[in-house]
Amino acid sequence: MSPKDVLTISRRTLLKGAAFGAAAGLAAPAYLRTARAQSGPIKIGFPVPITGPYSTEAQDQVRCAEIAIAMFNEAGGLNGRKAELLVRDDKLNPGEGATRALELIESDKVNFLCGSLSASVQLSVNQVAKQRGVIYNSISQSDSINEAADFSKYTFHEALNPHMTAGAVGRYVFPKFGKRVAFLVADYAYGHEMARGFRTAGKEFGIEEVVEIKHPLGQTDFSTFFPRIQAARPNVLVVCNFGRDQLNTVKQATDFGLKQQMKIAFPVLLFSQRLAGGAGPFEGVFGGANYYWGLEDKFPSAKRLNDAYRAKHNNAVPTDYGALGFAGIYALLEGAKKAGGTDPDAVIAALEALKYDAYKGPEYFRKCDHQAVQSVLVLESKPQAQVKSQYDVFNVVEMQPPEEKFLRSCQQLGHG
Amino acid sequence: MTFDLILLQIFTGVALGSIFVLVALGLSLIFGLLTIVNFAHSQFFMLGAYVGVAVLGLTGNFWVALLAVPLIVGAIGMVCERVLIRPLYGRGIDYPLLLTFGLGLIILELVRIVAGTEGIPFNTPEGLTGAMDLGVFFFPKYRLFLIAVTALILVALWVFLEKTPFGLIIRAGARDPEIVQVLGVDVSKVWLIVFGIGTGLAALAGVLAAPIRGVFPEMGVPVLVEAFVVTVVGGMGSLLGAVIAGLAVGITLSMTSLFYPEMTTLSMFVLMAVVLIFRPRGLFGRAGVLD
Repeated sequence: MSPKDVLTISRRTLLKGAAFGAAAGLAAPAYLRTARAQSGPIKIGFPVPITGPYSTEAQDQVRCAEIAIAMFNEAGGLNGRKAELLVRDDKLNPGEGATRALELIESDKVNFLCGSLSASVQLSVNQVAKQRGVIYNSISQSDSINEAADFSKYTFHEALNPHMTAGAVGRYVFPKFGKRVAFLVADYAYGHEMARGFRTAGKEFGIEEVVEIKHPLGQTDFSTFFPRIQAARPNVLVVCNFGRDQLNTVKQATDFGLKQQMKIAFPVLLFSQRLAGGAGPFEGVFGGANYYWGLEDKFPSAKRLNDAYRAKHNNAVPTDYGALGFAGIYALLEGAKKAGGTDPDAVIAALEALKYDAYKGPEYFRKCDHQAVQSVLVLESKPQAQVKSQYDVFNVVEMQPPEEKFLRSCQQLGHG
Repeated sequence: MTFDLILLQIFTGVALGSIFVLVALGLSLIFGLLTIVNFAHSQFFMLGAYVGVAVLGLTGNFWVALLAVPLIVGAIGMVCERVLIRPLYGRGIDYPLLLTFGLGLIILELVRIVAGTEGIPFNTPEGLTGAMDLGVFFFPKYRLFLIAVTALILVALWVFLEKTPFGLIIRAGARDPEIVQVLGVDVSKVWLIVFGIGTGLAALAGVLAAPIRGVFPEMGVPVLVEAFVVTVVGGMGSLLGAVIAGLAVGITLSMTSLFYPEMTTLSMFVLMAVVLIFRPRGLFGRAGVLD
């Protein structure tokens, strides 16, 4: 039992019901929908889990979103219309997320929504947004948000999805390190979707799954799983978990000497957890990412974001998930600029046609599911000897190009 | 499924159980002698890890932290007993229970305010990193160290309670405080010290767990559940029970995760339910306590 377990119960049962109840009550006919202001400041609602286990990531998303807003306003806004960020705490809870989204739409009259940091919360925010006809740009990993059942024309997805992330990491590690693969999977949507992504990518290389172990979210001690993993003699251990679970797995696996026998790969290797865990435990661990600040050598847009962040936050650099807060807001505001206003249909059309470079090179939204087609980084954590400064923690070993072939097809997702 | 694997799994369970034993020991000590169900116990565990980080930051020495943490947090525990809990003696078991529950929340929020919500790295101390060859398999040095420290503390505690004059007073005070008072012993002082030892043990467990689990404000929350399961299985207030039950819960978790990992968390509660069906007072529970 852990705080996250309690959270899961409420996430999955209690409040999911509440969220969908609320959303169902919102299925108002189109003429009842509140008219959004077409003049005055452009308001963007930003519900993220400022408290709770992902607070580190969420707070960085807010910092980066503020930078996108400031950048837009300093450049003169949209014909003088300035943008405004309305941050709310969704407490990593779908019911809370739906309520905050509803308030943002009804009382604050926001023009757009952006945010959320959990598959279940983003789906409940998406429910509210699509029934109220407000554009929502989601910045957290999810496969199902692309699927026809959850999608609406108002739904955009700036974040990576598990299929493309796990795919990129799998295609890098399987041919390099071997076909015998062990899975250690956090037993909830994120873990399952990531594991599915690895398995799909693994088919190409004929991987053999030697053992699969599911663990509850928020496990504090992983040691009891290790003997079985070691006995299965894998070449690669794929660990599909997130946040503090990731740090604990890496620390304990290092103590048990797992890294001498196998390579460890995560779908997403978190910058924040690496900073919290230090170089030693993470040395030689692989994982995917949407962003790493070191991209600034290659992309002026990355340098633009890093420099703005450094200037405002004591020379620190944005995290991977933080940078998504920037990109999510940036894309919405670019869409509004192209559309010449905030009318939802005009902005949707503009976003569908948009080619943008927010923070890491070219991106665009695929028309059928509004998934941001973008690069995926594969990272390797540096050994202490190679670390030159506090934030110098990863090597970018591979950059999967922004191509639709790495996404599931529109037909697979049930679009048309 | 080889013999080696099962042996390693049992050993892993013993190492895991060591932390359970340490946490449950303090809880059981305070309950057995003061009849206080200390719901703030897990937050003293967390406080121990944070004080450990602070001492480590000042001195750079893990061993100094290991000595200083139980003393500092034990002293904080004694202040809490003196100021908050003592006025509640003789008012029924639920008064201190509610008080310590609130105290736990306050400690948690204070730590969040002072140290932030993000968590702090705590590296395995120099010299205890990596694994050691035990002949049949490799095992992390730090976890071996943990087993050894737990054994050492158990022996020390046993000697203190059973072989010293002060231990005699504590045991007498637990059995019949009135008579002890009549004999001229200041019982409230005894309880103050017992509460200090209990919270100090929780803090020591916290700093010992830090290199394995990391340091963050919510780290105590699962510990409270584990500690109560161990205490209930072992029998409320029984120190021997806490030791046996702690190891039993560790091994149960470990063996379940070998055969049926999804059921790992549940297995601990199944064990508790089974024990309570056959022995409602727990394995070593005394009659009259909590009846």
